[in-house]
Amino acid sequence: MSLLSVKGLSTEFRTERGVVKAVDDVSFDLAAGETLAIVGESGSGKSVTAMSLLRLIPNPPGRITAGEVVFDGRDLLRLSDEEIRAIRGDRIAMIFQEPMSSLNPSLTVGLQIAEPINLHRKTPWAQAMDKAAELLARVRLPDAKSRVKSYPHQFSGGMRQRAMIAMALACQPQLIIADEPTTALDVTVQAQILALLKEVTRAANSALILITHDLGVVARYADRVCVMYGGRIVEAGPAREIYARPRHPYTIGLMASVPRLDQEAGTRLVPIEGQPPNLANLPPGCAFAQRCRRAADRCHSERPPLVTAAPDHLSACHFHAQLQA
Amino acid sequence: MPSSKPDTVLEVKDLKVHFPVMAGTVVRRQVGSVKAVDGVSFDVRRGETLGLVGESGCGKSTTGLAVLKMIDITAGQVVFEGEDISGHDRSRMRPIRRRMQMVYQDPFGSLNPRMKVSEIVGEPLEVHGLAADRAAYDARVANLLDMVGLLPDMADRYPHEFSGGQRQRIGIARALALEPSLIICDEPVSALDVSIQAQVVNLFQELQERLGLTYIFIAHDLAVVRHISHRIAVMYLGRIVEIAPRGELYAKPLHPYTQALLAAIPIPDPEVEASRPQQIITGEVPSAMRPPPGCRFHTRCPQAMESCKTADPPLRDLGSGRAVACHLYEG
Repeated sequence: MSLLSVKGLSTEFRTERGVVKAVDDVSFDLAAGETLAIVGESGSGKSVTAMSLLRLIPNPPGRITAGEVVFDGRDLLRLSDEEIRAIRGDRIAMIFQEPMSSLNPSLTVGLQIAEPINLHRKTPWAQAMDKAAELLARVRLPDAKSRVKSYPHQFSGGMRQRAMIAMALACQPQLIIADEPTTALDVTVQAQILALLKEVTRAANSALILITHDLGVVARYADRVCVMYGGRIVEAGPAREIYARPRHPYTIGLMASVPRLDQEAGTRLVPIEGQPPNLANLPPGCAFAQRCRRAADRCHSERPPLVTAAPDHLSACHFHAQLQA
Repeated sequence: MPSSKPDTVLEVKDLKVHFPVMAGTVVRRQVGSVKAVDGVSFDVRRGETLGLVGESGCGKSTTGLAVLKMIDITAGQVVFEGEDISGHDRSRMRPIRRRMQMVYQDPFGSLNPRMKVSEIVGEPLEVHGLAADRAAYDARVANLLDMVGLLPDMADRYPHEFSGGQRQRIGIARALALEPSLIICDEPVSALDVSIQAQVVNLFQELQERLGLTYIFIAHDLAVVRHISHRIAVMYLGRIVEIAPRGELYAKPLHPYTQALLAAIPIPDPEVEASRPQQIITGEVPSAMRPPPGCRFHTRCPQAMESCKTADPPLRDLGSGRAVACHLYEG
């Protein structure tokens, strides 16, 4: 049985230019202990999907219009505000891209890590603070014991992200959602933080949803992948399968457009021509059709459903059967 | 006077850029300095792309700005097309700037939102008095837009009407307006989406082939830098630690920092990743205000020896275009 089962999730934003369907009919499952990467470019709906799971979409202008998010047997979209607050930071924790803006600058790091323990577990403050020091040591922050009393501005970017991971781990969540957790960090620190995140989630058997635009990060850390484009999932399956046998022209195009360290340099990249679609004004057919080399008339008029293209491998392309890279 | 070889566009010798750090509210005094660039030497040959890579604070962007004399040089020499420009003031830099241009990272912040594309791209022509009349100006702007893959009728639009990738093309068109011999590109594709990055990288390469351009390509993404550069200099805390032709650098990185950087970058292929040794170095880049004594990388280096803590290794030429600053390769 899956830990998380998302079905038909749709989220809209009202803007001056009309209603934007940021997430449109997104469904996926996640098993305990599994790492799922949601990959996409800006505007693909990957972050809004993550925020929608925990109902963190500001309303107005945003609104979850349809779907269900069944976590551990309960539909999160039907819980009261109080019930969902009890889940956030306890059963499901979130890590954001910018640790500086998600930490409170006027409270010590230790206090912020201890807070969810005190709030959700009713652990007395003194013990919660000890636990905070333990957690900082677990995320291998140097001098963890004395760092409990530090403020976020005294930390480097990498240290802040370690503190965020410690906070996420505080209540031993079953699921951690990390939204571009290392995009703001340097390459060597990025590798440290992702390895740490993978290690601690594995040790606690927590599931991890990793939101990223980086195909390399996905390849190194994810078990399963959902590729998003124009607010929809266009391809989903096990990471190895998706990379070895992509079944959607967008995924194939993405892989051809990134330079790889292990390939002959000096060859030309094959870019995806054109621009990502305007979500306020999506074409009636496939959102990728305008940029797709293989697009036929049907692609411009008829939206391709997400169907099983191979065992455990979904694709939303009319011509998935003909795509064999 | 011109001593450099004719095919050398730029020679940088022992360049230093130190920023003073001030303290005190009543009496301002200097309490230290940030050694952003601390003794960097390299040259750039005509028609090649030199990649400058490193993590934040390594001095790669400061090096680019210092070469253009957009910030003051503390010490060292910058020789551009045979002319030592290290001591040039603004007025003497003016004719030089025609031949040296910059493309910036942020395609949103670097274009004036109140100017039409035709004005942004054509402004350098006007400043340097290069357009005889309105017709010549319009023709040149149309020609520049065409070169970077934009349509002539886009000339009357404003920057906000364009996507990130298109704005970067506008920035490139402006840089090309004066037919420069050297273009310094500072993280020109890092703000762009993956699918758009490839379009802009290809454009840089096409323009280089067509116009014989020389680039300094500054970026933190080694995969992109390797793809576009002929030679690569790896920087760490204000120094070049290794410089090599791109093939050699990736096939056999010598400096432990270069090795660490390469290992940190995941390859977009789960099969390859599964069999790759995962060597991740610990720690973060130290402060450039108080760089470690000896080799600046010794605090994070997995192969550090006793001598690394005290003796600062110079960048030693190993022949065939390679140089490395590491005690492991001495003697």
